[in-house]
Amino acid sequence: MKEQGMAVKSTCEIVSQKKLCPGIFDLRLNGPEITKEASAGQFVNLFLNDRSRILPRPLSICETDKEKGILRIVYRVTGEKAGTAELSGYLPGTRMEVLGPLGNGFLSDERYPDIAVVGGGIGIPPLLGLCRELPGKKTAVLGYRDHSLFLKEDFERTADRLLVATEDGSYAVRGNVLDAMEAAEYVPSCIMACGPLPMLRALKMWAGQRNIPCFISMEERMACGIGACLGCVVRSVKTDPHSQVKNKRVCRDGPVFDAKEIEL
Amino acid sequence: MNQKPEMKVTIAGVELKNPVMTSSGTFGSGQEYSEFIDLSKLGAVVTKGVSNVPWEGNPTPRIAETPSGMLNAIGLQNPGMEVFIKRDLPFLKKYDTKIVVNVCGHTEKEYLEVVDRLSDEPADFLEINISCPNVKEGGIAFGQDPKAVEKITAEVKKHAKQPVIMKLSPNVTDIRIMAKAAEAGGADAVSLINTITGMKIDIDRRKFALANKTGGLSGPAVKPVAVRMVYEASHAVKIPVIGMGGIADASDAVEFLLAGASAVSVGTASFANPYAAVEIADGIREYMIKYQFEKIQDLVGAVG
Repeated sequence: MKEQGMAVKSTCEIVSQKKLCPGIFDLRLNGPEITKEASAGQFVNLFLNDRSRILPRPLSICETDKEKGILRIVYRVTGEKAGTAELSGYLPGTRMEVLGPLGNGFLSDERYPDIAVVGGGIGIPPLLGLCRELPGKKTAVLGYRDHSLFLKEDFERTADRLLVATEDGSYAVRGNVLDAMEAAEYVPSCIMACGPLPMLRALKMWAGQRNIPCFISMEERMACGIGACLGCVVRSVKTDPHSQVKNKRVCRDGPVFDAKEIEL
Repeated sequence: MNQKPEMKVTIAGVELKNPVMTSSGTFGSGQEYSEFIDLSKLGAVVTKGVSNVPWEGNPTPRIAETPSGMLNAIGLQNPGMEVFIKRDLPFLKKYDTKIVVNVCGHTEKEYLEVVDRLSDEPADFLEINISCPNVKEGGIAFGQDPKAVEKITAEVKKHAKQPVIMKLSPNVTDIRIMAKAAEAGGADAVSLINTITGMKIDIDRRKFALANKTGGLSGPAVKPVAVRMVYEASHAVKIPVIGMGGIADASDAVEFLLAGASAVSVGTASFANPYAAVEIADGIREYMIKYQFEKIQDLVGAVG
């Protein structure tokens, strides 16, 4: 996995925020200190202005514009009382504290001639930056719940090919990302994925059966985001050298892991 | 006006450059936070609990946010004393700060094994965790009965080469009785409060928010409870009280000192701001300049 650059905490100003479809928001922040070091698959901690919500929101970076210092985050509002609901109400010009970039992102590896970039639901956004960074041929495989196809146009412009599945069959292949790959008889040389646990589990098995390298971005409830609190662990196959038990920290050792190393 | 108030405090004969420590379990062994702050600016670093062998901790989710606070049920995951001594202790030793090693165990024997193993290691204090609400054996099981508190304190004192701080649980009827029991057992200081046992339920999934069902509440939500308990404990015992529980800024820290704490500890606030502990130390100094206090000792218990 790619080693992280130095994280900084800085005050960032919201440049724009728009609703892409019900519950999905597209936030752009001015954060040159953070974008400078960021790479695909990393995340940032956003601190809300309502300080009664004491924990930061760990949100993956969708993409960065390093020249302009713009950080793009596409996130889902998870409930009326959720911190993300507060965040979605912030207007351009609002300033907020941001800590990042955090975690280890995807490795841009030139050994793989044809990479499948596989995203499910709100796991889709961080793969856009990955598509931009990957040097070789890449196919984006996106799984949506329904026809709310957020970021689809962005991926059409960025990936060499796009495969889409919707759970309700309202667009393209009915089913999940694996259904879309099988419908296209597509077998990549490497998989890089982010999405819900059942999707990652299925991909790990599918890739394992075909001996295809598979890298997955994991999610877990976090507090500190920097590796100190041990809140966000996932089970590892082998004893982890840091923890000395079969636990790895999503925030610090991940969020991107080689699927072979993790028990799903 | 005195622009250089004396920030030093002495706990059990050990001098700390200022009264600000980090709370066990919120700061790892300092390495992660050292990327953001200079650990040498802290009075002491208090480590995550260390046990005789590596502990896996609880299943996830281990964390849930609550209004002005959070619940955790990490379950004292730690790499065990051998790796701690070989890797984490030498790292901390590079900094000009005091080291408080938090010790945990399932049984008295396990606590003593860690205490013995640390006897020739460069720890300045041992903090004995008899108050973790998230493990089935040990932890709080020793901290809710005054006889058990006195007994384990006395046993630890027989073995310890370093001054012993007993970390007390707020999940008791009368904190004064527990503080007195620790004092009777020979404790050099007490620290409080550990987290308050709580629960959160996800009504959409009809499941507990934490895999452990219950967790320890921390953050600003617990601060008034903590200030009251520090006040009560510090008036019940002669040994120093290290106060903590929801300290998020220097004004909170001053409140604890005024209530009777000889030093303070910053925990959950580090999650909201990795620079919190250092900013709090600076803020206490500014408070002392503003109100013309010459030394920390003059603030301790000065409410009335």
